[in-house]
Amino acid sequence: MLVVLLAPKAASDLSLFVQILVIGIANGAIYALIALGYTMVYGIIELINFAHGDVFTLGAFLSLPLLGAFGLTEGKSSGVSVYLALILIAAIVMLLTGTINVVIERVAYRPLRNAPRLAPLITAVGMSFILEGIMYFWRGASPIHYPDLIPNPRIPLLAGATIGLKDIIVIVVAIVLVILLTVFINGSKLGKAMRATAQDREAAQLMGIDINRTIAATFFIGAVLAGAGGVIFGLYFNSVRFDLGFGVGLFAFTAAVFGGIGNIQGAALGGLAIGLVQAFSNAYYQSALTDVWIFAILILVLVFRPTGLLGMQVPER
Amino acid sequence: MALLEVDSINTFYGRVQALHGVSLSIEEGEIVTLIGSNGAGKTTTLRTISGLNPPAKGRVRFRGRDITGLAPNRVVGLGIGQVPEGRRVFHRMTVRDNLFLGAYVRNDRDDIRGDEEQMLTLFPRLKERRNQIGGTLSGGEQQMLAIGRALMSRPKLLLLDEPSLGLAPIMVDTIFQVIRDINQRGTTILLIEQNAAKALAVANRGYVLETGRVVKEGTARALLESPDVQRAYLGI
Ligand SMILES: Nc1ncnc2c1ncn2[C@@H]1O[C@H](COP(=O)(O)OP(=O)(O)O)[C@@H](O)[C@H]1O
Ligand SMILES: [Mg+2]
Repeated sequence: MLVVLLAPKAASDLSLFVQILVIGIANGAIYALIALGYTMVYGIIELINFAHGDVFTLGAFLSLPLLGAFGLTEGKSSGVSVYLALILIAAIVMLLTGTINVVIERVAYRPLRNAPRLAPLITAVGMSFILEGIMYFWRGASPIHYPDLIPNPRIPLLAGATIGLKDIIVIVVAIVLVILLTVFINGSKLGKAMRATAQDREAAQLMGIDINRTIAATFFIGAVLAGAGGVIFGLYFNSVRFDLGFGVGLFAFTAAVFGGIGNIQGAALGGLAIGLVQAFSNAYYQSALTDVWIFAILILVLVFRPTGLLGMQVPER
Repeated sequence: MALLEVDSINTFYGRVQALHGVSLSIEEGEIVTLIGSNGAGKTTTLRTISGLNPPAKGRVRFRGRDITGLAPNRVVGLGIGQVPEGRRVFHRMTVRDNLFLGAYVRNDRDDIRGDEEQMLTLFPRLKERRNQIGGTLSGGEQQMLAIGRALMSRPKLLLLDEPSLGLAPIMVDTIFQVIRDINQRGTTILLIEQNAAKALAVANRGYVLETGRVVKEGTARALLESPDVQRAYLGI
């Protein structure tokens, strides 16, 4: 169906089509980074961590003073040293958001682990408001300019379409992080313990796995990716706001459901899909209808595949 | 000193009391069986020992050390392995990853690999399926995997909860043979079974549980010859 909709558009103006594709993939890469945190946390404790989108915003906010501290100023800083500083800043931010998320899990979710489902869900909504409130008091309600530090020379693709250096950076960083995560989850001892805890918490304990530790690790890793997403978002769009995480988080969560909640590759795929649908809808139709498109497609997919694109097909027990 | 000593434990599910002062002890090298009908409290006894359901009253001692209330992951580390009711293999992980996780408490990388090979030799059916995910195994294969997985921690004491449940007769015999083998290699065993005849045939001693209380204990032979046991559990 999508092919039918898009093929004539592509044929009539290939350059525009490719251009939109690039935008969609870059945006999708950011959604993917955030969606991973939703899907990992849901996978292990079946909680929709509403605060996750705000941890992403927090990543962008925390990087702002660090940019200053490292002497990075728009228009003045350039060269390799900028990239090195940015990598270092991103690493610090990732560590910070990871730690903050572990604290959130410890104080807001762990005490409610055996409470009825609704209790931690409401706590998560509350946590989201608290984080947004903190950022609101910190930097106010207006959009904050995020320094434009990365030059964006455009590299020709095909049919006259181009891709910016920023697009490439966003896409490459997201791909590298998703690959690292996949290798870690599938190959490392802690990664296997996380999967075991997600599948059967009691059986995992009987293996000697400290489930408190694996759940904390899951929150840490999810927030590390969200923190990276926040910095990348700032560098890419050059504008952030305290309530950014609400909308972006909603789409990222939708991406996680779309791909099959609990599934890492699914979250990445879902993020990409949402980014693409959004880009094409904004360009070819009205942007006011974009959300309608996204959720119409989500519903359609869920009707035919209730577990999402890559959802579990194996019986639980 | 007994290897395991369970001393008058009371265990609850919420407000429902499942165990009323259950006591039992296991000597090193023994196979001890716990028999009783459905709902008697056999599984609860095992879960109390392994720390999944800490008792409200009473103590559990392992190798002289009080382990009451210790988290399950710590109990495994001390040398108590468990094959839980319903097998509980990790359905979305491969046979090899299941075995690998069984050795989670160990740090001796090379020996773990060796033990993995040993398990696959002990259970040839698993060897053919080593890269298959747990959920696609048959019931008997899953039971073998659950046993192999528990052995990967090199437990001193192995707790088995109805390992023969739902298996084809040939598979049941294989499982009981394996239990004998494991014991002969030096692992002490606490075996829960509904199939009392088979359990008493491999066990040294047994306890009979009824509505959360130990109502009888003795050597396997004495229990096999007891008229009460014969009537209630052996269908004679
Ligand atoms: N999760 C639970 N919640 C409430 N009651 C339980 C639970 N599990 C077991 N029970 C009750 O505890 C008693 C003992 O059960 P269990 O130990 O499973 O018996 P067995 O393994 O001998 O069949 C039963 O009366 C059962 O109904
Ligand atoms: Mg039982």
